[in-house]
Amino acid sequence: MITGVPVQYFLILATLMFFAGIYGFLTRRNLITMLMAVELILNSVNINFMAFNRYLYPHKMEGMFFSLFVIAVAASEAAVAIAIIINIYRRFATINVEDVNEMKY
Amino acid sequence: MFVLFSVMIIVFSILTVTTRRILRAATYLLLVLISTSGLYFMLNYQFMAAVQLTLYAGGIVVLIIFSILLTSHISQKFEPVGLKKSVFSALAAITGAILSIVTILDYKFSASVEAAKEVDMRLIGRSLLSVEYDGYVLPFEVISILLLAAMIAAIIVAKKGGPSKTKTPNYNKG
Repeated sequence: MITGVPVQYFLILATLMFFAGIYGFLTRRNLITMLMAVELILNSVNINFMAFNRYLYPHKMEGMFFSLFVIAVAASEAAVAIAIIINIYRRFATINVEDVNEMKY
Repeated sequence: MFVLFSVMIIVFSILTVTTRRILRAATYLLLVLISTSGLYFMLNYQFMAAVQLTLYAGGIVVLIIFSILLTSHISQKFEPVGLKKSVFSALAAITGAILSIVTILDYKFSASVEAAKEVDMRLIGRSLLSVEYDGYVLPFEVISILLLAAMIAAIIVAKKGGPSKTKTPNYNKG
């Protein structure tokens, strides 16, 4: 626990980061930048879990393990998403979501 | 120190989603992730900070940068977002942020009074493989299978050619 920093500061920080990610996800039109916005969102949730664990339940470890598993899920998600993006780029020669509008084989 | 890290996180997250050059967005994302790992160090979670540095800042950002280099030109700029869309998105984001912050400031958090547990590597490893009360062996196994499945899926999806070679893809469209 950091002296002089209440848990609310961490939560506000994570909130601002989360909604920066939301804004990016809504405005971006490039698949990779949308993926980056999703990473921002996941990361802000991780900060929340760690702060809750350290400040409110310092004798347990649930928050830490939850963020550990969130990081693993984010890694596998990024791997699959980038594989799909590269496949889309091969097929359509663009990764702009407005130009990729057919799902036919 | 906390102020420095949080200002870095907020400024660079906003820059990540507003910059018009894609490689700069990736660099700003890298800075955000590194500052987050600094926060974990300040919270005394050394293992998580190390995982954040190696897996996020090391692995995922490098993966993203590689795919950027494969799919777009570095000097290319995005066309600016339409005014209407950016205004409405910002409105949605700011409204949500204000709602959440008001709720957070309103809520009385009650901290536990028990002594803090020192989380070291030995304890983490023991708990990950333990089936006792504080054990996490089931999520550990589930995440292992998820990682294996994601790896196989990534290889199969990104593999060139494959069974769907009947139609000619438009390679030379761009």
